[in-house]
Amino acid sequence: MEIDHSQPLEYSTEQNRLNILGFWIFLGAEIMLFGTLFASYFTLVDRTGNGPIGAEIFEITPVLAETFLLLTSSFVIGLGIHAMRLGNKKAMLTFFVITLLLGVGFIGFEITEFITYYREGATLQTSAFTSMLFTTLGTHGAHVTLGLFWGSFIILQVKNRGLTPETANKSFIFSLYWHFLDIVWIFIFTFIYMKGMT
Amino acid sequence: MGFFSRFLIPNPSPVIYSSMVAIGVTVLLIIVGLTHFKKWFHLWSGWLTTVDHKRIGIMYLISALLMLFRGGVDAVMMRAQLAVPDNKLLDSQHYNEIFSTHGVVMILFMAMPYIMALMNFVVPLQIGARDVAFPRLNAISFWLFFMGAMLFNISFVIGGSPDAGWSSYFPLAGNEFSPHVGTNYYMIGIQIAGIGTLMTGINFLTTILKMRAPGMTLMKLPMFTWSSLVTSIIIIFAFPVLTVALIMGTMDRLFATKFFTITDGGMDMLWANLFWVWGHPEVYILILPAFGLFSEIIPTFSRRNLYGYRSMVASMVFISIYSFFVWTHHFFTMGQAAYVNSIFSITTMVIAIPTGIKIFNWLFTMWKGRIRFTVPMLYSIGFIPLFTIGGVTGVMLAMSAADYQYHNTMFLVAHFHNVIIPGVVFAVLGAGTYYWPKMFGFMLNERIGKWAFWFLTIGFCLAFFPMYITGLDGQARRMYTFSESTGFGPLNMISFIGTALMAISFVLIVYTIYYSIRHASRDVSDDPWDARSLEWATHNPVPEYNFAIIPQVNSRETFWDAKYKGHELFKGDYEKIHMPNNTGGPFIMSCIFFVFGFALVFSIWFLAIIGLIGIFVCMAYRSFEIDHGHYISVEEIKETEAKFGGVSKWK
Repeated sequence: MEIDHSQPLEYSTEQNRLNILGFWIFLGAEIMLFGTLFASYFTLVDRTGNGPIGAEIFEITPVLAETFLLLTSSFVIGLGIHAMRLGNKKAMLTFFVITLLLGVGFIGFEITEFITYYREGATLQTSAFTSMLFTTLGTHGAHVTLGLFWGSFIILQVKNRGLTPETANKSFIFSLYWHFLDIVWIFIFTFIYMKGMT
Repeated sequence: MGFFSRFLIPNPSPVIYSSMVAIGVTVLLIIVGLTHFKKWFHLWSGWLTTVDHKRIGIMYLISALLMLFRGGVDAVMMRAQLAVPDNKLLDSQHYNEIFSTHGVVMILFMAMPYIMALMNFVVPLQIGARDVAFPRLNAISFWLFFMGAMLFNISFVIGGSPDAGWSSYFPLAGNEFSPHVGTNYYMIGIQIAGIGTLMTGINFLTTILKMRAPGMTLMKLPMFTWSSLVTSIIIIFAFPVLTVALIMGTMDRLFATKFFTITDGGMDMLWANLFWVWGHPEVYILILPAFGLFSEIIPTFSRRNLYGYRSMVASMVFISIYSFFVWTHHFFTMGQAAYVNSIFSITTMVIAIPTGIKIFNWLFTMWKGRIRFTVPMLYSIGFIPLFTIGGVTGVMLAMSAADYQYHNTMFLVAHFHNVIIPGVVFAVLGAGTYYWPKMFGFMLNERIGKWAFWFLTIGFCLAFFPMYITGLDGQARRMYTFSESTGFGPLNMISFIGTALMAISFVLIVYTIYYSIRHASRDVSDDPWDARSLEWATHNPVPEYNFAIIPQVNSRETFWDAKYKGHELFKGDYEKIHMPNNTGGPFIMSCIFFVFGFALVFSIWFLAIIGLIGIFVCMAYRSFEIDHGHYISVEEIKETEAKFGGVSKWK
């Protein structure tokens, strides 16, 4: 492996540069995935059958908490990558751990939110609207959950192997993924919750 | 339905039982054969764990030929059933299952892997690369495709095949009207294969953008690589839509969600829209690489450079964008407003313009060329008039007002076979013959190959042209029989005869492979066709590392210029080459995917959960794995090159 020292560590080998470009392209596919979910959501949002409409079940408090946790985590992982660029392994690991803890908090709030909906009579099977709502939120939530595992593996690797071109590359790609989930959440917050509550 | 009754075939017949026996016997023979010839180790270390793009390409090729056989048997059964009025060969349920699986198998498990085979084998060679950007991911793509295809294929021996058409429209595909598990197979089998295809798209886009040989700018890319680039982009935009549609369909069937139901707000037209937002671009995912293949074959056998390179690229890009703006033409008659139909009518017709440009470019390439009528060239020449007929009937179908007459008739069936068979099947058969010496180091027999071509072409015309007439007369597609008073009998009999000729052509294709393995000379030059692009600059068959020295490119047809204009291709000395290691990971993970998919089809939840955990364990293992690949030393390269007679030919 040839290491190009004029580049940041995560870009320093040929394979690293390929991995980053490949992951950007993968995110393009993810945009299509969530784009399709949103398009379907807008199609089905008023088709509530005998079930509740969005305004009847949405509650602002947990949603604001989720938004706060996820947006903060996205900022913190940015700090982590900055620490990585500076070569400060300890600070980087701390920021990554905080990121994942915020992520766990997000998932916790989302689960309680789902349970509340369920108690209020909005289940996966109630209507086209609730099916679509749970699928869209669930797909995002599943991505975050996967990210929690993925992130912890990367933390373990950086901790044990140090900052090498490989671990730096993995950390950087993970940060792209995490930022992406944050951006998707902004769309969910705006077009599902804000629009649904008015 | 009770747990065990789900595994039974809904309408068993002697045909199905004999197929079960045939499958069992074949599997047994393969196991005994592998054990007898002590090939298990070779199979594992040489093929199941390989990450070499050339071997993955060959595995795609073998799978595609197997699936061509399976889809072809379906086709022969359908035409046999319709050959005479009031035929009792198949019952209606069996006929429904056959046309549904014929469509899926031919499009997704035959045409797609055949294209992937050629993309995998040819693209890295054409751009002068050692491998694709992500060799392991490439292996995962193949094995996911393979397991998805196998899961789909076992449907007709366990539980019953999908019977709601290849487009699987809801509510017909919902639990109410398709109570047995067939449609579950459709949803999950295609999903697994589709993930693989998406990964291929990402892999090849990265490869083509980043791994080209020095000097190869985008406007110097060979045309097949250009078409693969454009195709990869369409895959990345189109396949996630299919992923979502299939997830929603699966949830409707397994978890009683209300996406596509009639009650509780569900919307069956949402499925039609999502399916065709993917499904229409899918047509171009197949046809654009086929166009690329013709653009490689025609210049080679006309001994002229490709006419209108820039307009070829531009028309391809234009088609790829437009392919996303025409999906609604698949349901002109399903109740949308007239102005919607008009818009999609126009966008559909517009696609004929760039396609026409390409047709003229091929004709101008041949004009004043010195044409050699080899098997690949025959397929390319046969393609042009037949595909044009298919294109013209396509424009007829695009007229939304007139479509109320043709919709869901045999006219439509004739049209899309008339574009897909000359367009895609001729391309892959021709290119398969063209690249055969590069893949295996010997040529296919030309004489038998020409017989196969003529049987296929004449059979094709006989099989599909009568359908235009019966379609305009009102013979509906998907009807399992018709009465004598309709008068469709004689034309359907001609169709059946044509189908039989096409079946003979398949036998001849298999025979030419068998014959050439036995008799063809192993002493072929590296460039048997006197070709023009870079893949012919390396040896036959291609060594593991593709090129001992990375070529230097400074013209559009580098290899031709190296041969006839003294352009220097390989500069410098041998250096050690970095290659990826083989790995069993992709195969093992895909096997777990198969188990997971099977468990979902039959709602065996504990097994599904175990499978899902298994998949994540594989991913976690991969995350922690350290694998830096290996180096091929200069001595080994020299040894290999000496066996081929040296690299220095174009040096």
